[in-house]
Amino acid sequence: MIPELGNFALALACALAFAQAVIGIWGAHRRDVRLMAATPGLAVGQLLALAASAGALVWASVSNDFSVINVAENSAIAKPLLYKISGTWGNHEGSILLWGLILGICGGLVSVFGRNLPSALRARVLGVLGGTSAGFLLFCLTTSNPFFRDFPPPVDGRGMNPLLQDPGLAFHPPILYMGYVGFAVPFAFAVAALLEGRIDAAWGRWVRPWALVSWCFLTCGIALGSWWAYYELGWGGYWFWDPVENASLMPWLTGTALVHSSIVVEKRESLKIWTVLLAIGTFSLSLSGTFLVRSGILNSVHAFANDPARGVFILALLGLVIGGSLLLFALRAPLLRSGGIFAPVSREGALVLNNILLCSICAVVIAGTMTPPFADLLFGQKISVGAPYFNLTVLPLAIPVFIAMAVGPLLPWKRGRLWPLVEHAWWAALIAALVGGVCAFGMKLLPALAFGAAAWLIIGSFAEVFERTLLFRAPVANSVRRARGLPVAVLGAAIAHAGMGVTVAGIAGTSLDSNKIVEAKVGDSFSVGGYQWILLGLDDAPGPNYRARVASIEVLKDGRPLAMMKPERRMFTLQQQTTSDVAIRTNLFRDLYAVLGDERDGKAVLRLHVNPLAPWIWLGALIMAAGGALSLADRRLRVGAPSRAPKAALPA
Amino acid sequence: MIARRRLMLLAPLAVAAAGGAAFWAMLTRMQDGKFDPHDIGNPMLGKHIPDFDLPGVAPSQGFSSKELIAAAQTQPILLNFFASWCIPCASEAGTLDELQKLGGVPIWGIAYKDAPEKSAKFLDQYGNPYARIGADMSGDVFINFGLYGVPENFVINRKGIIAWHIAGPLSDDLVEQQMMPAIAKAKA
Amino acid sequence: MSNTFILRPRPGSIPAMAGKKTSFGSFFQKRTLLICVFLLVSASAWAISDPREMLPDPKQEARAEAIGSQLRCLVCQNESIEDSGAPLAGDLRAKVREQIKAGRTDAQIMAWMVARYGNFVRLKPPLTPATFLLYATPVLGLLAGGLAAYIGRGWQAATPAPLTEAEQAKLAELTRPHA
Repeated sequence: MIPELGNFALALACALAFAQAVIGIWGAHRRDVRLMAATPGLAVGQLLALAASAGALVWASVSNDFSVINVAENSAIAKPLLYKISGTWGNHEGSILLWGLILGICGGLVSVFGRNLPSALRARVLGVLGGTSAGFLLFCLTTSNPFFRDFPPPVDGRGMNPLLQDPGLAFHPPILYMGYVGFAVPFAFAVAALLEGRIDAAWGRWVRPWALVSWCFLTCGIALGSWWAYYELGWGGYWFWDPVENASLMPWLTGTALVHSSIVVEKRESLKIWTVLLAIGTFSLSLSGTFLVRSGILNSVHAFANDPARGVFILALLGLVIGGSLLLFALRAPLLRSGGIFAPVSREGALVLNNILLCSICAVVIAGTMTPPFADLLFGQKISVGAPYFNLTVLPLAIPVFIAMAVGPLLPWKRGRLWPLVEHAWWAALIAALVGGVCAFGMKLLPALAFGAAAWLIIGSFAEVFERTLLFRAPVANSVRRARGLPVAVLGAAIAHAGMGVTVAGIAGTSLDSNKIVEAKVGDSFSVGGYQWILLGLDDAPGPNYRARVASIEVLKDGRPLAMMKPERRMFTLQQQTTSDVAIRTNLFRDLYAVLGDERDGKAVLRLHVNPLAPWIWLGALIMAAGGALSLADRRLRVGAPSRAPKAALPA
Repeated sequence: MIARRRLMLLAPLAVAAAGGAAFWAMLTRMQDGKFDPHDIGNPMLGKHIPDFDLPGVAPSQGFSSKELIAAAQTQPILLNFFASWCIPCASEAGTLDELQKLGGVPIWGIAYKDAPEKSAKFLDQYGNPYARIGADMSGDVFINFGLYGVPENFVINRKGIIAWHIAGPLSDDLVEQQMMPAIAKAKA
Repeated sequence: MSNTFILRPRPGSIPAMAGKKTSFGSFFQKRTLLICVFLLVSASAWAISDPREMLPDPKQEARAEAIGSQLRCLVCQNESIEDSGAPLAGDLRAKVREQIKAGRTDAQIMAWMVARYGNFVRLKPPLTPATFLLYATPVLGLLAGGLAAYIGRGWQAATPAPLTEAEQAKLAELTRPHA
């Protein structure tokens, strides 16, 4: 019964979305006050229906209702409760429903928080969101419906891929999708602005927080995915430039450019066309990414196995949404009149450079990901593009970005000079050069360079803060007072940029890892990375739906016991699959990493790593997201249009 | 200046449209089977087979590449790589059996990394359509032929050239629609 | 009932059974092939390379690892042969080390691999007309962006045209201080 209600709620949501789209756009076009006022209600209704639908699917999974095919294929009675819940979005149909749900949440939030928006703009934004939702929900209903049922129901389900039964991967999709789908709101704002034919500073003030929130979620989602690969897959790596990973990186790059570009629209009413294009582009990349990984075009182990027929539907949807918005852009963009003029050397100029560099990096990632299928289609050649290519091409583009990240905020608006930058940031450059130089003695050139860049970023990002608070140049009390008056966004930006530096340091550190692969019997001891590792025992450890072998390894430093690590190998009987549970001990400066492999003749193959600064990779991402979130707290971003004071009577 | 601007504004749409057209072409061809991103191809196709000399698997004696080419002089030979631990190999056993009964295409097999008893058991269970079977214990022949999994099937013509290849098990449809035409061409 | 446990039929699979929507098209079989090898691989190990396979000479071993990290594991396909636990990856690693010991150069070893597996096995594709755009992308991206910025500069609000005579007269009229 409940799955049927879920299916009905999904259909209802789709109908409401269509209504929202039509009424919103038409109402705004005709300036019909009642129609425009009706749109938020429809958006909230759509959200409630979607929530009910998602709830029904979760209920079916938790209550072991195997008459629902989706549950039978992906769940099992023995599956732990957490994964029964999170497993609803761990498959194609459920994840499409999740997409739709988050799109509905975005619409609901715009309705609730957008009461101060001009009604035409709000109606158009909701209309565009509704249209996108309608397409997606139609796709879900017709080709990827999670509520299809089968009778008689099987006694037990097929269980979920053991790799997915993991807390990290359970939460990776929702967080990632909140990022992907969140960019639908800036997209809707961009299309609404094109429909209206105007953009003003208030529009920038609206788009920036939405873009920032989505960006924060996307950063966390990508970091979570990378962290999961690190601790689950057991090869000590965290990013392979795999097509599916790249599909999440592309909108992140343009989303970063969007976050920065919208600042210029807000403050200077300039770069409007760039910003609109970036908003359309970011969401287009999210949508295309979703399409690509489900279509079977990309050759990746991560990709959902799907048949091309579904791909055709999504392609049509993409054609409408992306093609439509880009056509609108081509026709209406000239109407967006820019306000401020600026010199090439200025903060606006630096942000244009930022846009160009980030978009170039995005173009490189797109090229690397799409070349294999295109080469096959156009030339019949079978090639593949992997990490060596990306490392070669992204690095030269990233270096100017790093340089600009620290000194860009120091430039004034409209017109500036380069010399003051040197004046204000020379000390950071000096420290960075020192760090790089010192490192170069102990390691290869590339990691040393990376450490120098990291130092530059971490210290240099605060250059603007130091300038504004006149740190070390005015009495401390003055500096403190200035610091208290500093706009929170300035601090947020500094923290976010420094976070990037932390990540770069983590990447550099991890490239210097020491590792050893050994065949050990109980009692053997090894020296890896300056630590002593002793295998104390190999035992059996059964789990809820698997059998496991556990190795007990003690790690000592200079004779002092430091940690007891217990890597496992889990054999999932139902799916006939084995996964490894890596044991990681971290002190936030280095990771001890142990993997248990095959056992042969009483000896176990162990892989032991010491990864310096590995935790900084994800810590840096967290810091970036925190900086972004802090910026949101800036009072200036609170989007309330000031309420009109009652007009005093004019003097006669 | 206006024209240049307009052109620039159309550029994103043009790029997206080109991409969309390409994806549509890929999807439709995937449905027709003319485009398969997962098929990584085999550069040995159209080239001479590598040299090898393999011991036999009971009940058959092994063979060398020279013997294979000699036997291919009369008609093209189907070379099938299999293993006892491989599930799709079991599923294609039926097709291979049929093929052998029909006659016309001799089937020679290479067992990849299989203990001889295990291969023998596999042949007992699923039938033995092979005229000759070689045992590739080290996996060198597997690599030299450019395989990356089992089963894979090759058609060798009288010049010792690989005339056709499929990285996967044979099915009745595949035999009818792809292998037989390839063999006919190889005979010509 | 048993249908729910079998891999769902995928209509229009690859290569197509022309006109037939059969359940087990080649796509299923190819997938199963890969999954099969993968599963059997993981049944033996989600594994790690054997310490015994490393070369005794550290310089040679470093060279082997450098070459290996440029080669894609064909079974797992998103790992290099150095990182992958598949048996084929182990065999290919052994082949690389064997050839290094025999004194072949990096280019020769790479060519040996490509002769058997095609350019797909290279993680960094060779520069050919097909991949020319791929390698040119960083420069092209910068150029395109720079061009866009340059053309777009003229987009900023043009200063309004100077006032005509009539408009100037009207302005003088409006701003004339009233008596």
